[in-house]
Amino acid sequence: MNNLPINTVDTAFVLLSAALVMLMTPGLALFYGGMVRKKNILSVLIQCFAAMCVLNVWWILIGYSLSFCPAKGFWGGLDWMGLKGVGYAALPDYSSTIPNRVFMIFQGMFAVITPALIIGAFAERMKFSAYIIFTLLWATFVYAPVCHWVWGSGGWLKQMGVLDFAGGIVVHATAGVAALITTIVIGKRKNLFHSPAPHNLPLVVLGTGLLWFGWFGFNAGSALAVNAVAVNAFITTNTAAAAAGLSWVLLEWIRNGRPTVFGIVTGCVAGLATITPGAGYVSVGSSVIIGIFASILCFIAVAIIKPRYGYDDSLDVFGVHGVGGILGVICVGLFASKAVNPGGADGLFYGNPKLLVTQLTGVLAAVLYTAAVTFVIYKLINVFLGVRIGEQDESIGLDLAQHRENAYTLLE
Amino acid sequence: MKLIVAIIQPYRLEEVKKALYAEEVHLITVSEVLGHGRQKGVTEYYRGVRETGNLLRKVRVEIAVNENFVEPTIKAIMKGAQTGKVGDGKIFIMDLKECVRIRTGERGPEAIG
Repeated sequence: MNNLPINTVDTAFVLLSAALVMLMTPGLALFYGGMVRKKNILSVLIQCFAAMCVLNVWWILIGYSLSFCPAKGFWGGLDWMGLKGVGYAALPDYSSTIPNRVFMIFQGMFAVITPALIIGAFAERMKFSAYIIFTLLWATFVYAPVCHWVWGSGGWLKQMGVLDFAGGIVVHATAGVAALITTIVIGKRKNLFHSPAPHNLPLVVLGTGLLWFGWFGFNAGSALAVNAVAVNAFITTNTAAAAAGLSWVLLEWIRNGRPTVFGIVTGCVAGLATITPGAGYVSVGSSVIIGIFASILCFIAVAIIKPRYGYDDSLDVFGVHGVGGILGVICVGLFASKAVNPGGADGLFYGNPKLLVTQLTGVLAAVLYTAAVTFVIYKLINVFLGVRIGEQDESIGLDLAQHRENAYTLLE
Repeated sequence: MKLIVAIIQPYRLEEVKKALYAEEVHLITVSEVLGHGRQKGVTEYYRGVRETGNLLRKVRVEIAVNENFVEPTIKAIMKGAQTGKVGDGKIFIMDLKECVRIRTGERGPEAIG
């Protein structure tokens, strides 16, 4: 197995894709940063960069091993701790044309952005020290196992036939559900009279642009080779984002009377999250429908369900990523086609109802596990450290209270 | 008629607003300002470097009221803004000579409320 020829084109493609996915976390930082009130933007930015700094180290020490070391069972174990045995040779379990190390660094970027997505749920009220510990525990006990089940060699959901091309379950459903649990554990923000309260929408737009750009690496790169599946994933990703942005803005235009910037970018991100699990399994035509579905369902979650139940998911992580991710996994069960990807399976609309059942089982298992473990992690941190900052610090804003910095000056 | 100007801690603004509404005072103008009193500013760190003596962010609240609203307004600002710590701010009260409502041209106590 060590003599497999490395394909330099595929390798270059995946390395560049890894760099694209890396850029998504700073993109997310701006996307979220613009959405909070101006006294809290730095706290969001530092949380995103801390995720990059903490989790990239965690990934090479134990994260990659726990997630991807071939093993049956709960997770991958520690045989690859510190990248021991993870070399330049290809590992056919994942790809026979690129080095294991290249796959490792590509996947590392996913492990960084997934916990970072949850930041949007506890934004404006989380203690920074508690955040760091939460991120490490969550990555270790939620991300790594679920990643192993779905993508790892020997993972039980993978063996069951669950299809998740680039992370509908592993990334978006887990982060989204963790976000919902977050809102229950941490409670509402104080002194908030209207939500969302974005202080800088141009930053949100810039962040969305970077996310969309990086998403090509996320989805097309997940093909791990330059081939028809990668090209298909690239196009479905782009198309679903466009269809979703368009349908969101039309929905709110009809319902609220005005097309908004915040609406169109939220729609694009919902479309991107929703196409993620199916990007390499569904046709371009299906991706238009998936994009429209994404906007309708996420719009209902954000604009109708959230106000009705009153949970304070600050930046709609559940409404956009959770709902989008789960919907996307179900859409794979409907729209997947072997004509698009011979390595995949046919979905309900292509004559195979079994895949839909498999997809539902997979996402349900991941959602229940994530919800339970996330809850326990929060409760543990609450006992030792406390998750939430004090009321006065919350009024002052996390930037000054937690970091002694201000993002904006009135006078020089 | 009096013009009441209060300089308060920014993070107390919501409490002050709530207290003013409770006293039926709804006409306020708010602006962000910088300044400091005896405590000479906040300490900030940039890349690990400690800097002190910066001007502090404050909020200035301006309220023009008729005589019978002067004490309730002061009481409300005190209630909302007082924490007992240095930096709670000040309230300045001054006589107001005239007031004109631009839409109608009304003057004096009529125009304020």
